Amino acid sequence: MALKIVVENCTVCGACEFECPNAAIRFESDTYIIDPSLCTECEGHADNPQCAEVCPVPETCVAA
Amino acid sequence: MNANVISLDGLKVASRDDLTKAIESKGCESSSCGSSDAPEDMDPSTWQKVKDHPCYSEEAHHYFARMHVAVAPACNIQCNYCNRKYDCANESRPGVVSERLTPDQAARKVIAVANEIPQLSVLGIAGPGDSAYDWRKTKETFKQVQAQLPDIKLCLSTNGLALPDHVDELLDMNIDHVTLTINMIDPEIGTKIYPWIFWEKKRRTGLEAAQILHERQMQSLDMLHERGILVKVNSVMIPGINDEHLLEVNREVKKRGAFLHNIMPLISAPEHGTVFGLEGQRGPTAAELKKLQDACAGGANLMKHCRQCRADAVGLLGEDRGQEFTMDLVPEEVTYDPSKREAYRDWVAEERGERRAAAETAKAETQAAVNPDAEAMLIAVATKGGGRINQHFGHATEFQIFEVDNDGVRFVTHRRCDNYCVGGYGEEDKLELVIKTLEGISTILCAKIGDCPREDLEKAGIEAIQDYAYEYIETAVSAVYRARNGLPAEEAEIA
Repeated sequence: MALKIVVENCTVCGACEFECPNAAIRFESDTYIIDPSLCTECEGHADNPQCAEVCPVPETCVAA
Repeated sequence: MNANVISLDGLKVASRDDLTKAIESKGCESSSCGSSDAPEDMDPSTWQKVKDHPCYSEEAHHYFARMHVAVAPACNIQCNYCNRKYDCANESRPGVVSERLTPDQAARKVIAVANEIPQLSVLGIAGPGDSAYDWRKTKETFKQVQAQLPDIKLCLSTNGLALPDHVDELLDMNIDHVTLTINMIDPEIGTKIYPWIFWEKKRRTGLEAAQILHERQMQSLDMLHERGILVKVNSVMIPGINDEHLLEVNREVKKRGAFLHNIMPLISAPEHGTVFGLEGQRGPTAAELKKLQDACAGGANLMKHCRQCRADAVGLLGEDRGQEFTMDLVPEEVTYDPSKREAYRDWVAEERGERRAAAETAKAETQAAVNPDAEAMLIAVATKGGGRINQHFGHATEFQIFEVDNDGVRFVTHRRCDNYCVGGYGEEDKLELVIKTLEGISTILCAKIGDCPREDLEKAGIEAIQDYAYEYIETAVSAVYRARNGLPAEEAEIA
């Protein structure tokens, strides 16, 4: 159960890193990536995954 | 290096006279953003805050430069005039940027610019993204810059949604200028501008989103005003959506203590990939914008000299030297050398005092010589800054328009035109554009003009005058006004 970031869509704004309650998102080689071992899809924290909620580009933070 | 800016070689000199000469020969680009009030119209504490800020004071924009650093790319709202994927070095409009910086890089860049551009007085963080939402990066940048350049003014631009959480930190950091973008005070109208906001763990849409944003924006304005932080409100004029509504916005933000209200035209084209661009939503015409600005007169001070600069702009308003300071051009280690900025400030302090005195003298002479009922006159000026007529007609990419009557000389607006002179010789069709740009104006003052364009302008009913080269704008404009209103020519020339 984890999300991933579609690199071609990512604008590298970093809002997802900022909002992730699990610190599962980090900047690496010019893009942001989600560590699947830390991602909980925000279960128990919020109704929806925070990265997908805040991301300005549709279909960028999607199910891995 | 851009030919329109003061050569730094020119500023190695220490004396004011030499600096004056340096500026006369090379010039600095001018522009306009801010209140046109001079010190006598303002309380002293406000004047202290705005006197070096080109975006808050029309007077200051003749002397001082700003730079923006794009360090806070994350945003908490979506606007229909913004496309976060857009990036083009040739585009000049808010939110567009080519290079995003870390706070460390930004601090280095600021020092490099301060060493090269002594007019630098303001560092702004203005997107893309929201400086108050992406606060950690904004704050870290400000801290680093403040540690090394304590006298630089810091300001930020925000949509206001996250700002109430950080207002007291702003106060702690001595930040006394904040720009809030407020496009509506009616959430129904907000629904047509903002598709969503991210707020308290959820993406909110529709009326709920606009309502929350509106409340937070008003809270931001109130909190800033209570703490004595000067607020400039930016509003994007979107025909058919908020154009008439901006009159109400103007009244409301004035009531809540905004220092300036800057109504900007929507910039919209399909190739920008924004919702408005793709829908064919148009921006306002110059006439529509002016009509709205005129209707708002008497509200909060209207800012008429905004150039809607890029989020990584560097330089005096109306110029952008950002391309000279991309990160690959900034050295790994830079040491701040305050001497140029100090010399420049000393020069400005003396120069602006003299300019003010010259303007007062010109006003008195005009009042003595011209009938008080004489009609006001609009005069276009080609200037590279410093409050002087110091630009070649062919190099002007914009003209500053001044109004003069018995009551003195006032900046009205700038009018942009394409650079008429390319590679040293003029092109006929570009001159046509200039003539169109100057519609309604029959006199232009410039440092120099070729015979051909002068004759062509004359045929179009525009007199170009180069007799006042390097004079103060107020002195020259007043002299022309007196000459047109019956005073003998030689007396006008002396003035």
